[in-house]
Amino acid sequence: MSNAISVKNGAEFNGAVRVSDAGLKGMITLRGDLSSTKLAAAVQETTGLAIPSRREIVFKGETGIAWMSPDELLIFCAYEQAEMQVAALTETLTGSHFLAVNVSDARAQFSLHGAGVREVIAKGSPANLSPAVLNPHEIRRTRLGQVAVAFWLSADDRLELVCFRSVGAFVYDWLCIAAAKDSLPEVY
Amino acid sequence: MLLLTCPCCGVDADETELAPGGEAHVTRFGAGASDDDFEGYLFHRKNPKGVHFERWRHAMGCGKWFHAARATDTLEVFGTYSAQVLAPPKDLIEKIKLKRPDWEGF
Repeated sequence: MSNAISVKNGAEFNGAVRVSDAGLKGMITLRGDLSSTKLAAAVQETTGLAIPSRREIVFKGETGIAWMSPDELLIFCAYEQAEMQVAALTETLTGSHFLAVNVSDARAQFSLHGAGVREVIAKGSPANLSPAVLNPHEIRRTRLGQVAVAFWLSADDRLELVCFRSVGAFVYDWLCIAAAKDSLPEVY
Repeated sequence: MLLLTCPCCGVDADETELAPGGEAHVTRFGAGASDDDFEGYLFHRKNPKGVHFERWRHAMGCGKWFHAARATDTLEVFGTYSAQVLAPPKDLIEKIKLKRPDWEGF
């Protein structure tokens, strides 16, 4: 078995904010009817968390659930547990219309840490990042440059961003350039 | 620049986050249809100057299709609504008629 590493293998950049590769994360895409009680029960049983409301992201320790679209959730867990959780979900949901896939190796996650995280992202995304609109516990799927990303504020000065691994190196480079020292417009 | 509120995820999505899907509520004519009907389905579009109903997809966001009503001349957006309908909702049509009394209707 080959040794799994994340896309930038823990790289870190210190500029106006700190950009770091968040390392290997377990991520599971779960699609299905989010209003069904069977699916809610399966998610509760596997993760210990309830299905979040529209655009909400909930975390308890390393386990989390993000609302991605009206029929899709992204479940976060420890990298090693993803396969097990997919198996558990599949077993509970067999018979209903659903899809559970371990996408851990197809995603990359980066952490931004510092006072200007909103401004770094605002340089390349059309999303409204003002504190009045983007709340913590809200996941925003949008684009960064020309690639699709999703991000949420885990604290006032901390932003987590997930993207496809295939564009992970590009997104990391992009974030480092956008986070160059003394380059923030200071609008927020 | 267009700013449409996606009815599926509630986000105010910028035009660059969306993929255009052309005119909305076009009746599909497929196998067994007359040549005239098929030609109309393929090629004939209203292309109005004014109120227009369109399909959009929140491509960089939740990925869902939805409908939008907007004015092609002023870029005023009247509203967005579910993709799972065959005609615009009545309250939206009333709203547009109030704003554009000379509009000929859907």
